[in-house]
Order: sequence, then C-alpha cells, then structure tokens
Amino acid sequence: MGRRRAFGHLLLWRLAEFRREPEVIFWVFVFPLLLAIGLGIAFRDGAPAKLPVAVIEGAGAAEMAAALAAAPELACEIMEPGQAARALRLGKVVLLAEPSDPVTYRFDPSRPESLLARAAADAALQRAAGRRDPVAVRDEAVSEPGGRYIDFLIPGLLGMNLMGGGMWGVGYVIVEMRIRMLLKRLMATPMRRSDFLLAIVASRLIFMLAETAVLLCCGRELFDVRIQGSVAAILCVGLLGSLCFSGLGLLTASRARKIETISGLVNLVMLPMYVLSGVFFSAERFPAAVQPFIQALPLTALNDALRAVILEGATLASQWHELCIMGAWGGIAFALALRWFRWS
Amino acid sequence: MAIAIRCQGLYKRYDGDVCAVDGLDLEVYAGECFGLLGPNGAGKTTTIEILEGLREATAGTVEILGRRWGRHGRALREALGISLQETKLPDKLTVREVLRLFRSFYARGADVEAVLARIELTEKADTWVSKLSGGQRQRLAVACALVGDPELLFLDEPTTGLDPQSRRQLWDIIRGFKEGGGTVLLTTHYMDEAERLCDRVAIVDGGRVIALGTPAELIATLGGEHIVEFDVEAGGDEPLDPALLARVRSVSGARRENGGWRLQVREPHAALPELIAHLQAAGRRLARLTIRHASLEDVFVTLTGRRLRDG
Repeated sequence: MGRRRAFGHLLLWRLAEFRREPEVIFWVFVFPLLLAIGLGIAFRDGAPAKLPVAVIEGAGAAEMAAALAAAPELACEIMEPGQAARALRLGKVVLLAEPSDPVTYRFDPSRPESLLARAAADAALQRAAGRRDPVAVRDEAVSEPGGRYIDFLIPGLLGMNLMGGGMWGVGYVIVEMRIRMLLKRLMATPMRRSDFLLAIVASRLIFMLAETAVLLCCGRELFDVRIQGSVAAILCVGLLGSLCFSGLGLLTASRARKIETISGLVNLVMLPMYVLSGVFFSAERFPAAVQPFIQALPLTALNDALRAVILEGATLASQWHELCIMGAWGGIAFALALRWFRWS
Repeated sequence: MAIAIRCQGLYKRYDGDVCAVDGLDLEVYAGECFGLLGPNGAGKTTTIEILEGLREATAGTVEILGRRWGRHGRALREALGISLQETKLPDKLTVREVLRLFRSFYARGADVEAVLARIELTEKADTWVSKLSGGQRQRLAVACALVGDPELLFLDEPTTGLDPQSRRQLWDIIRGFKEGGGTVLLTTHYMDEAERLCDRVAIVDGGRVIALGTPAELIATLGGEHIVEFDVEAGGDEPLDPALLARVRSVSGARRENGGWRLQVREPHAALPELIAHLQAAGRRLARLTIRHASLEDVFVTLTGRRLRDG
C-alpha cells in the first residue's frame, strides 16, 4: 500500500508541475497547432498557379498569344526580346515562344514547369493551327483528403511533439532536479528509485494521450484530416514512441549537471531528426546512400508508423519493422541510462 | 548511554588530492543535540553526508543507530530525517503537497497536518513553495525531514542566511524534536547557534575534530570565562609585551588581534585595575576597552588563530 501511495504522489507531482506551467502548455499544445495552421495555409491545395509564358514581339505575336490563351494552364504576355530573355533568366517566365518559322521554344529543360509549359503551349498552337486529336480524352481532377500536404504534416507534427516531450519532459526535468539537489534530497528518503522513474515515464504517457488527442482532433476539425486507422493502433504507436523518447531523454539526462549541457545534448539528438526524419517533408527525398541511416532513426520509424496507421489505416502488425526500431532504441536507452544514472 | 552515531577514522579524499575529512572520530548519544561547528570548508558537510549515507567515505567505519549503510540502507532511511544544505523543493507544489509527497515515501510517519502546525505553516499550507520566504522554505525543508517521524535528525546548516526571528523559530522546532526524544546532529558555523542549541559540540577544522565537549566545557578550556579586548592610543615608548600582559592577575592568555589586544580573564574586577596600572606605567592610554563573556568563537580563535567566519 505504501509503495503504490508513493508512486501516486510522485505522479501527481509531475502532473501538477505540468499543469501549473503555462509555457509548457503553450509549447506542447498550442505551438504544434500554430505550426499546423501556418504550414497548412502556406501549402494549401488550391487551383494550381498558371505557368507564365512570354511571346516575343514581332510579326504574328498577337495571334500566337491568342492561341496560347486557349490553354488554361498558361498565362502569356508579349515582350520585346531583351525583356523576355531577362524574364526567363530570372524565372519570371518559364518559357519563351517566338513566332518565327519554325516556331521556336526557348526554355531550360531541367525545369519541370518549363517542360509542362512547352507541352501545353505546343498543343495549343497545333490545335489553333487546325490539328485534330485522334483520341478523345477527359480530365478528372482529384483532391481527396488523405493525400494533401496537411495530411502528411499532422502525423509528422505529432511524432515531433512526442519526441520533444520525451526529451525535454524527461531529460530536462531530471537535470533540473539534479541541479536543485532535489534528486539527492529524494535519495535521502526511503523512496524507491523505480517509483520515481516510473512516475516520470507514466506522466509522459498521460501527456502523450493528451497531445495525440488534441492534435488529431484539431486536425480533423480544422483541416478535415481523416483518421483511417483504429484509435487503439494509433495509441499503441504513440505509446511506444513516447516510451522510446522517454528512454532517450533519461539517457541524455543520466550524467548532465548543467542546464547548458542538457539543452545542448537534447538539441544534438533532436535537430538531425527534425530535418531527416520526415516531419515536414518526406525522408525519401534524401539520397539513397543515407537512407539506411535515416530509416534507422527512431523519429523516422515513429512518423512512418503514425502516417501508416492514421492516414492509411494500416494495422499494427504491418508496422512491426518500425515498432521494432523504436523498441530497440528505447530499450537500449533505458538500459544504459539506468547503468549510468547519477542520483546526486 | 545509547549511541546514535558512531564513526571512526573517517577519511574522505576527493579527486585532486583534497582531503575533506582527515581522520574524524565521533560519537553522538541518543537523545542529545550534537553540533559540528566549524568554518566553511572544514569538512562538516562532507562528514554529515557520509553519515547520512549519501557519500562514500574513502576509509573509516560508520554506524548509525547500531546499523551500517549498505546492508541496512532502506531500514535506516525509514528512521532518519535529513535536511540538506541547499535543496530547492518543487516550486509549483503547495506546502501541503510537498509534505504529503515526502510523507508518502515512509512506511510510517507523522501526520501531515500535525507537522504543518508544528512548523507554523498551517496558514501557508496551500501556498506554492515559490511564494514562501527564506525562513518559511527552511522550515518546510526541516518539516520534510520530520514528516517520516525520524529517530535521528540530520540538519546541514539549518539557519544559514536566515533572519534572527526565523532562526529562533527553527531552534524551537529543533528543541521540540529533541524534547520528544529525538537525536539531532547539525552543522553550523554560527557559534551562538551551537551554544544555545547543542548539548555537545565538536569543533571541526581541516577535516578533523580539534575540540569536543559541552559548550560550557569548551569555553572553560580557555582558562577564563571573560574576554577583555582593548586598544591603546598610537605612540608610546615601546610596544606592549604579551608576556607581561599575561602576567596580570587573573589573566590566562593574551594575544594581539586586529591591531588591539585580547585577554582571557577569570575575574575582570581583579584584572582590570592591574591592567590599567600596567598601561599607565608603560605610558600608554586606553583607546577602547570592552568586557564580554567568552564564546565558542573564542575557543576556535584560541585553537586555530583564525575566526570562524574567515573560513
């Protein structure tokens, strides 16, 4: 009875300190939402911007511009040659069309927009000149929830948040207690060390529930991010991710005696993962040579698993690879942390 | 008499060859308030933390309540109350929450509300720790040590930096604990604290005990319970001779201090006329003269030639 009571009081302590710290509430709950809103607006899916094309002044320029105007994806303007060349160089237009004979297109073939513009311009000119397409085609525009940037972003932000919560919420908190001599004071009581560590980890899991609920609910209400997978599967992934980063937080805190040390260590662990692990953009964009490294990072595994269960409704079993990666990181981190941990 | 704390041949050497504790022996009886008095850096905190089981000694044996650290660690923790020199308790918890937290660590202990009343913080029970004054925080720190209803209380510099009223409040709390049958070991560099609060005092310097006894016994070793301090005006034929001053009736020791003189005297009414006559004969005029009771500070000065506060 005494044992459970101590654990309960330690847990209440962690929850009270969290509740009574307005800055923490901001960073944990408000900040990721602001990020989601900001990025959601910046990368919202609207009508795609028209491709700017310049028609070079000269005989037939007006006719050519009229023909190009028939293509809905192009925005064309007539320019004198020097101005047009400069506009292409500066990227203000992606294609120059000269009404010579033969018609000349000038563009940088390494730019996808330029290639698109060339294809669209050529089709418009050929049609205006009387070409008839032998095959009838129909375009169908698709913008399904689930495939948008915001859909990609919300699970990434959740993963990032769980990482930050574990690293700061465990690592920083413990070092602060060590600096305040509070760890040493606790060691001077009959308190069981396991109760203390379990209470800290348990408090992280409770915050994980709250963070996940807030972010996913806001995502659904504000951006129509639909949750395909089961809540149980999402919570299991979140739980394992949270445990994994609590372990890493404990490991970084195991010997640090200064706030500067722990801040540096936490940033050292987190910054590479912010960039590499597919929070804001897909980790697949990095070269194949570094992919094995990136795929082995715990945040990559957490983000991949979260996206799979949230967006694709994947089962837990299908994510065994990611879950194993997180489990390995967490298990090794906890084991080393407990071996190296300095209580005073 | 039962012995609550016994340590023998205690050594503690830190990396870099600093010998913080250098062969320290100590016996503290059950039911007494024992003080380790010494300047900063004398090894008091290292010693008390070794006794508390928070540090390992390089050599020496420690026995607390008849038990050893290591084998009986957990059982000992249940019986001890400890207040460290500088603990910052959780800022965002209330006074009552902090006490309940510490109470929850002990299998049996005191009633939280009773402890609150004992340290006179009942009115502040729902106040955050961050909003407490220095004296209130220190009382709370001692309360955290009392809440497990300990047999033995360790207090490391319990009143350092506190105002006189807060110090007296803490002394009352400590006396109350002792009257309830508890044993106290405290460290301090305040001689008045040691004199008023402690049954016995060990004066510690350079990591060893240089004097041990009740405050009255230690003061009696000076050979005079009064201290006469005086200055003479500048000039005169020749410097005063300490050997001559020491020969004045009822004077048991004389030393120069801060440009003046400091005499240990048994009976000032006998010594003063002779002293004044002596000065007149030497053609010196008194610039200042004070008489006071000897204190533990004087014992320390006599033993080491330094003052407690000089460190």
